[in-house]
Amino acid sequence: MSDALIYSDDSIRKILRSVKTIALVGASPKWVRPSSFVMKYLQGKGYRVIPVNPGHAGKEILGEMVYASLADIPHPFDMVDVFRSSEAAASVVDEVLALPASQRGKVIWMQLTVRNDEAATKAEQAGLAVIMDRCPKIEFGRLFGELGWSGVNSGIISSKRRKLGA
Amino acid sequence: MSNKTDKPWEYGDETKAVHAGSQPDPVTGARNTPIYQTTSYVFDDVEHAADLFNLQTFGFIYSRLTNPTVAVLEERMASLENGRASVCAASGHAAQFLTFFSLLEPGDHFIASRNLYGGSITQFGVSFKRLGWNCTFVDPTDPENFRNAVTPKTKAIFIEVLANPGGIVLDLEAISAVAQDVHVPLIVDNTLATPYLLQPMSWGADLVVHSTTKFLSGHGTSLGGVLIESGKFDWAADDKFPTMTQPDPAYHGLTFYETFGDFGFTMKARAVGLRDFGPSMSPANAFYTITAIESLPARMDRHVKNAIAVAEFLETHPKIKRVSYAGLKSSPYNDLANKYMPKGAGAVFSCELVGGYDAGVKLVEGVNLFSHLANVGDTRSLILHPASTTHRQLTDEQRDAAGAGANVIRLSIGQETAEDLIHDLDVGLSKV
Repeated sequence: MSDALIYSDDSIRKILRSVKTIALVGASPKWVRPSSFVMKYLQGKGYRVIPVNPGHAGKEILGEMVYASLADIPHPFDMVDVFRSSEAAASVVDEVLALPASQRGKVIWMQLTVRNDEAATKAEQAGLAVIMDRCPKIEFGRLFGELGWSGVNSGIISSKRRKLGA
Repeated sequence: MSNKTDKPWEYGDETKAVHAGSQPDPVTGARNTPIYQTTSYVFDDVEHAADLFNLQTFGFIYSRLTNPTVAVLEERMASLENGRASVCAASGHAAQFLTFFSLLEPGDHFIASRNLYGGSITQFGVSFKRLGWNCTFVDPTDPENFRNAVTPKTKAIFIEVLANPGGIVLDLEAISAVAQDVHVPLIVDNTLATPYLLQPMSWGADLVVHSTTKFLSGHGTSLGGVLIESGKFDWAADDKFPTMTQPDPAYHGLTFYETFGDFGFTMKARAVGLRDFGPSMSPANAFYTITAIESLPARMDRHVKNAIAVAEFLETHPKIKRVSYAGLKSSPYNDLANKYMPKGAGAVFSCELVGGYDAGVKLVEGVNLFSHLANVGDTRSLILHPASTTHRQLTDEQRDAAGAGANVIRLSIGQETAEDLIHDLDVGLSKV
């Protein structure tokens, strides 16, 4: 593994404030799976989350139609959230880059433990922002004042009034 | 476009002691942390309630699990210990119970230093045994003793680096290497050092527990405990930790490590341990402790300064046989103390009187300024004869092993004028 990944709070805040529709690759219909926790939480924060999972295409997860691939999603999305292995993340990036620029969004977000530096470089060269080895649910909670409620160290030191919600 | 940036500004420990976890209230702007003296919290709707109960969203249900005032203390402690997350408990003992409940199955085993607070020796050796949790105590001064006590059922190593009340300092880095070799979490009770003097996670500890009752709350006002996790232990590297890596029947089959990652252990301790056993910290106690931590760095500096002055006085007194304070140059643990605690070796230490059990009783009854009671880490100076109080339940062998023999006096040096403390002990010793 190469250097530790460091993303500024501001850059993550900017992403979470700018995206509205998120394609979630590796969505599970089982509610106890982490992907389901993330999808439900992000829906609760006002994001539209489109589940992608070839094994469940045509069914619904949390009220949204499941698609077999990113290319099957019939409308544009702003971000791809990758719930796959680090190796499989490479093919997800290839899938994103194969889409027309108007369709594929501006951000590829790889979940906790998912990291593929080569794929990330490729995506960044194509003009996309890449976040790896982070969870958008945890980062949303951390940056917008909720994570500390569970005793987690947000790392935020500030005497400004806390703001809830993006 | 890259989001990688230079490392963000790192705030110092004194700043964290004042600020971490307590950003001003979003609605009122209250600068100090309010006491949320409430048992429960309203749900927006049934769906919101379900999300909270399923741990799918962050929020408050009931103060046995989470409370906004307690959460500030939790985040502050996680920050001060350089950890990922923490969970508070009603006392230090409750924090230890939550730790081991989240780690062990009946029949499992852990290894503990024999130089521990007497209450921990009883908790581990007697009460935990009734739950099927087996503890082997070892001489911690040789780190290899921990390795030699490992069994296939061993799930943790537990130590006090600055031990109560023996005045010894353990080789944390070496013990941490053993724990890593045998892949079990190293748990450090950091009560006597506080994160101001020692941050065990910087030397490889995986979990830290405290009795916040001591220096952290600092004024003898509030009971409490806390468990902090580093977030760095890989629970899934082998099949030793099913409580973290297997679906939990107490939580609809949720797998804590997979779902919450580097704060999965404290989530488990909270969502199952606090939920089902209930030893939560009260919001009022959290408030007193938060307030006290703001002055922790200043208080610890003074505690240490006074402790050195008192220890140096006692060391030369004819009625004192030996002073066991790692902060003294004469201590065999002085080098380890300087390595791990360069700002000072705490303010709790013991001394041996030339006389025996009776001399100990005379001294605790002969002082005026020192308070005779069973606590440490108060603004006030405290004195105790462990053999007749905290270590009463132990056998002579156990007492000697724990550094609490019949002629041992334990002192917790407070914030008073150093000359007054020395005078008080001098008068007390004249009656021995």
